[in-house]
Amino acid sequence: MAEALLEVTNVSKSFGGVIANDDVSLSVPEGRIVGLIGPNGSGKTTLFNSIVGFHPIDSGSVKFEGREVSRMRVPQIARLGLLRTFQQTRVYGRMTCVQNMQISTPPREEGLRDMFAKARSGATEKAEALLEFVGLYQKRLLFAGDLSFGQQKLLEFAMALMNEPKLLLLDEPTAGINPTLINGIIDRLKRANADLGVTLLIIEHNMRAIMNLAEHIYCLAHGQLLAQGPPAEIKDNQRVIDAYLGAH
Amino acid sequence: MTRVRNDYVLYGAIGVAAIAAPFVFPSFQIQLSFLWLMILFAMTWDIMGGQMGYNSFGNILYFGVGMYVSAVVQVGLFYDVAAYTSAAGANIQSFTPSQFLWGLALGMPVAGLAAAVLAAVLGAGMLGLRGHYFAIGTLGLGILAAELAGAWDYIGAGSGMVPPLFPDGLGSRPRFFYFVLFGIVVAAFFTLRWLYSGRFGLAINAIRDDEDKAEAMGLHTRRYKTVAWGVSAFFLGLAGGPVGAMIGFIDPRDTAFAGTTWGVFMVLMAILGGKGTIWGPVIGATIFHVTQELFWTFLLGWQRVAMGALIVLIVVFFPQGIMGWLRERMPERFGHRVEDSPAGPGD
Repeated sequence: MAEALLEVTNVSKSFGGVIANDDVSLSVPEGRIVGLIGPNGSGKTTLFNSIVGFHPIDSGSVKFEGREVSRMRVPQIARLGLLRTFQQTRVYGRMTCVQNMQISTPPREEGLRDMFAKARSGATEKAEALLEFVGLYQKRLLFAGDLSFGQQKLLEFAMALMNEPKLLLLDEPTAGINPTLINGIIDRLKRANADLGVTLLIIEHNMRAIMNLAEHIYCLAHGQLLAQGPPAEIKDNQRVIDAYLGAH
Repeated sequence: MTRVRNDYVLYGAIGVAAIAAPFVFPSFQIQLSFLWLMILFAMTWDIMGGQMGYNSFGNILYFGVGMYVSAVVQVGLFYDVAAYTSAAGANIQSFTPSQFLWGLALGMPVAGLAAAVLAAVLGAGMLGLRGHYFAIGTLGLGILAAELAGAWDYIGAGSGMVPPLFPDGLGSRPRFFYFVLFGIVVAAFFTLRWLYSGRFGLAINAIRDDEDKAEAMGLHTRRYKTVAWGVSAFFLGLAGGPVGAMIGFIDPRDTAFAGTTWGVFMVLMAILGGKGTIWGPVIGATIFHVTQELFWTFLLGWQRVAMGALIVLIVVFFPQGIMGWLRERMPERFGHRVEDSPAGPGD
């Protein structure tokens, strides 16, 4: 079997006495959609932060495309094509949606001279096409900070796609979103995966959404890996049900 | 496209007025030269403080460094600097017009580059600081530089340094410096306009709005921050030489590293006009400088009190600056434009 795109092996991370991740391993094969679930405080976001280099890990290894990235910093890892979105949306509030997109072009292509270049017309077309894709084309000239929370989430997703990542880590893409919009988001995530070839690792609390999306799900509880498997198996796993309902 | 044409009409009008001003108001030439200097202060500060969200209180450092470097180059081309400064003005060597012009022509760019290199070196450490920490850290820079310059004998230490004085035979002294400073401001304005219109402008705005996000998107944030500070330092350093020569004396605390006056003014002028806009610092500096001159003329004895009161009023009533205020009051004229967007229902 070929090596997975992302290979997390025995990662541990603690903050003082709190063990946020304890010996966690998971792998994300190229081209797939993988889910990560678990109760609040189970260490999902910490694991994301460990993967993208937001903080150093205590032990273990994180390999992206076979390359060890656990000692690299956030921008370096991002330039390799491993990107994340945030649970609380993060967009550039006092820039328009189009400008938010224009500055999100793939940094891999950015040389010293590009620092002073004008925005390429191709990039602007692509930006507008992606804004259309997430349904924000009408809002493209508004300041990102004036969008609603849900729209900002969509914009952040579009910015991530603009960057052409190989692997995208999404932290609760449907949280705080109007239930009727959620189906639209699920659909767009699937299309990004199928049409644009972006591998996805998704943290999600919305069970219906993640069961629908992911082909393989990992469940964390108390910083440890509790279970993994295809959605149907996870749904009926007694330990997962207990963890979510607080049975132990 | 009318907006573009309006821009050129505006530039033309300002250019004509600026060139005519020293001939129409010959007795105000020095004040007008200082007006250009104030505009440059506000514009260069705004690169960091306005566009990038890094409030620097130490930019005066680069101005002072430029002033000293330029003077040392101007003197050093023809005399021994240490002997020149140790004479402390008692035995001022004279410079011929061509010596003076060559000295300044070489001294200014060397000073600009020295300031930019210094910004890159300091930036390697200080641009890792964020928010208030950067502001406080940079505040120390200006004070530190003033103390060092005041203790270094080679450049005259606390008794200051006399830069080569303007020689006879080059026409009007105030007019000469007026046009040198005007030229620097024009060069700075169009350089910034060009920088802000491309990827550089987007990147430093992104750093202002959310630097963590910019890093998470793989942007070379450090590179952009260093260049931004370097550009700011370059133009400040460039202006240092001619201002030193115009004043005729470099005092480490009151002219070169004048942190409590110019160092604070550059922040206030940018805030008054409107941070993060290209015209805001220009407008702010103009209003501030004219007001200051009026205080000196009509409120002599109370001018510092009036200045202090004005500063408080600026911060309380114009927190967004004049440009921000105009955008709020007259969005159809100054506001952010939402062109050709269909008038769909808002949400």
